[in-house]
Amino acid sequence: MTPRDYWYCFVGVQKREWLRFWQQRTRFASALVRPLLWLVVFAAGFRMVLGVSIIPPYVTYITYETYIVPGLCGMIILFNSMQGALSMVYDRELGSMRVLLTSPLPRPFLLLTKLLAMGSVSVAQVYVFLLIARWGVGVRPPLEGYLAVLPALLLASLMLGALGLLIATWIKQLENFAGVMNFVIFPMFFLSSALYPLWRMQEASPWIYQLCLLNPFTHAVETLRFALYLQWNGEAATITLATTLVLATLAIGGFRPQRTRLLGMRIN
Amino acid sequence: MNVQALDIGYRYRHDPVLQEVSFTLASGRFHALLGPNGAGKSTLFGLLTRLLALQQGDLLLGGRSLRRQPAAVMRHMGVVFQQNALDLDLSVMQNLLYHAALHGMPPREARWRCAEELERQRLDMHARTPVRRLNGGHRRRVEIARALLHRPALLLLDEATAGLDLDSRTALNAHVRELCRERGLTVLWATHLIEEVGDGDRVLVLHRGRLLADETGEALCRRHGGTSLTETFHSLTREAVA
Repeated sequence: MTPRDYWYCFVGVQKREWLRFWQQRTRFASALVRPLLWLVVFAAGFRMVLGVSIIPPYVTYITYETYIVPGLCGMIILFNSMQGALSMVYDRELGSMRVLLTSPLPRPFLLLTKLLAMGSVSVAQVYVFLLIARWGVGVRPPLEGYLAVLPALLLASLMLGALGLLIATWIKQLENFAGVMNFVIFPMFFLSSALYPLWRMQEASPWIYQLCLLNPFTHAVETLRFALYLQWNGEAATITLATTLVLATLAIGGFRPQRTRLLGMRIN
Repeated sequence: MNVQALDIGYRYRHDPVLQEVSFTLASGRFHALLGPNGAGKSTLFGLLTRLLALQQGDLLLGGRSLRRQPAAVMRHMGVVFQQNALDLDLSVMQNLLYHAALHGMPPREARWRCAEELERQRLDMHARTPVRRLNGGHRRRVEIARALLHRPALLLLDEATAGLDLDSRTALNAHVRELCRERGLTVLWATHLIEEVGDGDRVLVLHRGRLLADETGEALCRRHGGTSLTETFHSLTREAVA
């Protein structure tokens, strides 16, 4: 196989994901309802209760809405990545996965391409959300921040997609999305800096704070937050990158179709 | 291109599902893989298409080993799965172009080949139709068109007529035989329906994970003294149980 073959395959997989995105645009639009509810309703309710002091990357006092926008971007990616990765090995995508896996190109390349394609669609949803947040709620990061956040969004989507694939392939008990919501998505989301600054967690409970620090989603959200405000959080970015590498290696290297339902049955 | 399955075996945990399955498929011929439900046909297909990892044995396609040169083998293999493997939300053409991309085909060549294949399968008027709107028989034809897009030497069809009515089943079976004759394709057609096996077909009988026979239907009947393939098949599988 030549580099050209890899390129055409990469483009073809991306294109298919975007075509599906276009065909199912109402479903993708409805996926924005959840973070928008959090932004408009939850944030409005908590604005008076939760004051946010000046913490990096912010240089002034900010509204609670401003604080939670990066976390909600992470939430969109978290839900989409988990749902997408699960559907790769369970229901919706089984047929296309069979076709994908019978391609002559190496399987790790195909899976990585697929995860990146799903991630790029999630990133598009995040941008729609950011635009609504700007015009509807008045959360206005610098315009260059929208570009600077792109690599962080792609990295987060790859990390969470790889985690989803790993979970879907290896954990038999979490066979539906509700199980993943309760045992993976909600703990990851709530035990992170998405909704509250870490110093508040530390004040409230030191052990919860430690759990937040161990949670890779915290670092993905912090990478997004800093990038959106044109700052660099080296520690968070490094942890996110390292976690992505580990999870992608485990998920892609350990992917065994026989552990999925690709054959109409699950073996092992 | 000759195809050789060499001593293929597979276990789920400790239970053997396939044991020492060896056969040769002659180039440009139609072969029926006949076996009741649960015989191991889908497992064999899973192994031949790399959806299951080979535990024992190998497949040689034109002398290339599936174990050692999977890309070279998969390039020459077209597959039609038992369950629908089309994206229902996309059009026929979009489904085919996706497959072409997975084989590293340049877009211009892919469009040209898709149009050509759809015309050959008499599906050109449906190129822009979403797959969801096609009937079962047409969907199967699209899957065959897709499987042939990269011009494979071997076409594997796993219970391709599942869920189709009698007329569609007959038409599909005849269509694949025609492809086999016209293009010199080697075909392995897995089925549990004996009426899908034609005169002169080479029949591979798989039962409880073992290959019980590998010869033409007529030779099989002669050897076992049966008056029909149905009778011979039933006596063969009963003997194996006993």
